[in-house]
Amino acid sequence: MSTATAAHHHDDHPTGIMRWLTTTNHKDIGTMYLTFSLIMFLVGGSMILAVRAELFQPGLQLMQPEFFNQLIGVHALVMIFAALMPAATGFANWMLPLQLGAPDMALPRLNNWGFWLLPPAAILLTAPFILALFGIGDGAIATGWTFYTPLSVQGGIGVDFAIFAVHLLGISSVMGSINVLVTIFNMRAPGMTLMKMPLFAWGWMITAFLLIATIPVLAGAVTMLLTDRHFGTHFFDAAGGGDPILFQHLFWFFGHPEVYILLLPVWGLIPHILSAFSRKPTYGYKAQIYSFWAIGILSVVVWAHHFFTVGLPIPALLYFMYSTMAISLPLAVLFFCWIATMWKGSMTFETPMLFATGWIILFGIGGLTGLILADVAADAQYHHSYFVVAHFHYTLFAGGIMGIMAGVYYWLPKMTGHMYSETLGKLHFWLTAIAFNVTFIPQFFLGLAGMPRRIPDYALQFSEFNMISTIGAFTLGLSQLIMVYNIVRCVRGGKKAEAKVWEGAEGLEWTLPSPPPYHSFTEQPVIK
Amino acid sequence: MIDQEKRAADNKRLAWKLMWVVAGAVLFAFALVPLYNVFCDLTGLNGKTEGLPAAVQKTMKVDESRWVTVEFTSSVMPGLAWNFYPTQTSMKVRPGQIMLATFEAKNMTNETVVGQAIPSVSPSQATFHFKKIECFCFERQELKAGESKEMPLRFYVSPDLPKDIRTVTLSYAFFHAVPTEN
Amino acid sequence: MAFQFLKKAGMGLMLAVWSLAAHAEYAWNFPKPVTPMAADTLLVHNKFMVIIMVIFVVVLGIMIYSIIRHRKSVGHKAADFTGPSTRSQVIWTLVPFAILLYIDFILMGIPAYHSVVLMEDTKNDSEMVIKVTGSQWRWQYEYMDGEAQGIKFVSNMTTPQEQIQNKTEKGEHYLLEVDNHVVLPVDKKVRILLTSNDVIHTWWVPAFGAARDAIPGFLRETWVKIEEPGTYRGQCKELCGKGHGFMPVVVDAVPEEQFKEWVASKKTEMSAASAGADKEWSKDELLTQGKAVYEKNCAVCHQPGGQGMPPAFPALTGSKIVTAPNFDADGKLMKDSHIDRVFNGKGMMPAWKGTLSDTDIAAVISYERNALGNSMGDLVQPSQIKALR
Repeated sequence: MSTATAAHHHDDHPTGIMRWLTTTNHKDIGTMYLTFSLIMFLVGGSMILAVRAELFQPGLQLMQPEFFNQLIGVHALVMIFAALMPAATGFANWMLPLQLGAPDMALPRLNNWGFWLLPPAAILLTAPFILALFGIGDGAIATGWTFYTPLSVQGGIGVDFAIFAVHLLGISSVMGSINVLVTIFNMRAPGMTLMKMPLFAWGWMITAFLLIATIPVLAGAVTMLLTDRHFGTHFFDAAGGGDPILFQHLFWFFGHPEVYILLLPVWGLIPHILSAFSRKPTYGYKAQIYSFWAIGILSVVVWAHHFFTVGLPIPALLYFMYSTMAISLPLAVLFFCWIATMWKGSMTFETPMLFATGWIILFGIGGLTGLILADVAADAQYHHSYFVVAHFHYTLFAGGIMGIMAGVYYWLPKMTGHMYSETLGKLHFWLTAIAFNVTFIPQFFLGLAGMPRRIPDYALQFSEFNMISTIGAFTLGLSQLIMVYNIVRCVRGGKKAEAKVWEGAEGLEWTLPSPPPYHSFTEQPVIK
Repeated sequence: MIDQEKRAADNKRLAWKLMWVVAGAVLFAFALVPLYNVFCDLTGLNGKTEGLPAAVQKTMKVDESRWVTVEFTSSVMPGLAWNFYPTQTSMKVRPGQIMLATFEAKNMTNETVVGQAIPSVSPSQATFHFKKIECFCFERQELKAGESKEMPLRFYVSPDLPKDIRTVTLSYAFFHAVPTEN
Repeated sequence: MAFQFLKKAGMGLMLAVWSLAAHAEYAWNFPKPVTPMAADTLLVHNKFMVIIMVIFVVVLGIMIYSIIRHRKSVGHKAADFTGPSTRSQVIWTLVPFAILLYIDFILMGIPAYHSVVLMEDTKNDSEMVIKVTGSQWRWQYEYMDGEAQGIKFVSNMTTPQEQIQNKTEKGEHYLLEVDNHVVLPVDKKVRILLTSNDVIHTWWVPAFGAARDAIPGFLRETWVKIEEPGTYRGQCKELCGKGHGFMPVVVDAVPEEQFKEWVASKKTEMSAASAGADKEWSKDELLTQGKAVYEKNCAVCHQPGGQGMPPAFPALTGSKIVTAPNFDADGKLMKDSHIDRVFNGKGMMPAWKGTLSDTDIAAVISYERNALGNSMGDLVQPSQIKALR
């Protein structure tokens, strides 16, 4: 087939709604992923603002405990599976072909299916809330995002909905991952060896491997839960010779790698930003790749540190403690490389760089508190207290979402062809960074003082910190509207962006005009 | 120039290879269930004891140098209309000595009910040193309406029990054998 | 609107800062430890906090230095190194990692190892054993040995609904108060066995440094040795359903003699209750007590009026189970009868036989059959319940 007919075939794409439903174009699909992610970010955010409003003062003001439990669980599922993961997949779709010098993703049709599984999954997650209004069922899943048995065996139809949602989300992620891997292995421009590949592609490659290895375990675990609920099996029921703790092992065998699945694409993308705005090449490119691998491998052997209090034998406790601490070494290599990339550069602080710098600091807090959480004895106190809540928001909000935001500001001019408002971007950064800390620093102290997580009401000694935290959370939530406005404005128009938007940016994506043509590289560039 | 068709075929082939990885991971997920049980048996994790009678070794010597206290406790899980409790709350035993403990069970309803007892030993390091020769927990127990039964447990504490363990607690949770719906 | 919000937020913030200053005993760290385990945990925690704060400040310092000095606006020209190039640079690059290795596995690793061994040291020289059973949403306690053997009770939260719904002012120990405190002697090593009747719970008292899951069907253990008399409060720490925030733990640590007195009085109380079950109760007596028991234990799910919250919590008004007979023609308890369900539980319905006294069970069943819109007319006597045990 000649390129001409191929191009003709593809250029003849439908317009309007059919364009989006049937598209196999990597940029269209990437845009859909990112839009979906943004919408779900706002949905999940509103849920937790309702929770924070309830926690503003002791006593029950706005909702009953059942509804509270539903909100916290769905918040987590939405944020992890429907906001953070699709955002990373959106960037992969948009940027991998551009960065690798490929015309499109390797498997365009699979790509389309992968995306269109997401909206039904999001509906499955949230529909029980609406069904409950009509008296059907008793609301969404109320077990927290972890589905712990036997509570989840006991739960209502919300659990079944969530199980099917997780299945769809899982299938979608596996499709996305296969596509990413095939693209990386088969579609690179001639001359671009793996060791010349951008770090973003490297981070994504390891994420994709982790996804295809661990998502099936989650799918298996929730399937067993489903059969335990409805078909009389006893995987997690002591009465039939099963064991409720087995579920925790299965869940966290997926759940711990999941943390790195969320973070690795960000670790891949931040070095590009640091290097661009320091006007200096990335420090320790190979060291970073080896660290990615080390963390990826370690992540599948440390799962039990999520449930030290369940009662494990001493050798197991020690093993999981020391292996968890070992993760700090490759992570320290990454921090070293990030800061060394900035060192002796010629830095400017546009919004992406602000986010990247703030990200290093805040993610650092998440990483360091993770180090002390590995200590089994102290973990008995931290575990399931607000200390842990604060810790994983430093890793997943600061380390995940703020990293994604850095990427949004970095690549938005490339994607839209327009510059966003730098003033609004900076305002968004400062409000986010400050409000984030106002929200979560008090939660560290709440946890130390003894406030358990997932409680709808609390003892009086926790009042002040909760009040501060809620104020922070609302500021944080509302500041995100600035970003939404900024993005919408940038999509609709504004100052024209050049091909190389940022002075110090390196990589193939900056060799194409902004926005790039519908077909990225019809002629593959050759890397020397 | 890139051969589009060849590339598409290559992509497909690699995608299928990766599908095998996914399939392997699915299998692995289900294989984790038996693997976990083996792991529990090996480490005593969870205090799960073996569901089969232990063999008595002829060469086993009673350790006269120390006493171990064995405590008994029970719980009847919701949905089982039985009374069930140990007739003795604790026993002092010599490691290696074969002992008999009894439990009292009574069905308080007017129907036959089948129950299954699940044993658990704490501390978990003691799990595989606690050997049951004969136990009502090896199979389901049936009690007719109003019937009461004395349930025997013949056991010994292995002489290999670590010296620092002086008390072992054995708990039975009795479940309704047919899983109930809400 | 945004301005309004900021104004409100600002006022809230000022309020918060003010109240911060007003509370002298503001908690910035773990509560004062009263067991060896908690003391060790606090020590380890403080040490590790200092270590990570030093790391944080040093790294942040380097970053801030770089941010100030190596910026374009001060005219700094970018270098172009991508890694250590000379041998001495390589060595200097390795130094931070050597330090981290030392911190991880020596500075933190060794004390952490000792803490684990201490925490798991349940099997040695315990002088007392208690069994704690979690159920939705209350804790049951049983004294397993010594003079207190046989003492068994349930600990329910006593904070009234009016306080939770903000109708009356909240008390000092809001949400952290229970009807029956666990009483333990000070300076004795107490082994705590844990299990559960339904879902996973976690028994946690921060001042003890002990938190361990209670798992249905399995036994777990931890230990405490309380070194200071006092009342210590904690909560369930594993999400266990809608009452998760409302199942506190309250422990009274008392000197040995006081513990003995408590044991004696508790035993008298129990034999009195047992004697009370033998007498014939009047309808009024049963219904009055039944109402109190119902409101304390049942109304959370089945609602004060008996309408329930279907489908999870069925209505009692007109319920098939409540309106069916309890005993068959031979006087035997029928399976799935009202008494069976209350006594033995099923699915989400807990078994109350371990939790409530004979009198309470007889009273609450009589109440449910003759109130909440039901009028069966029959009464259940405590002696009938006693006969089932």
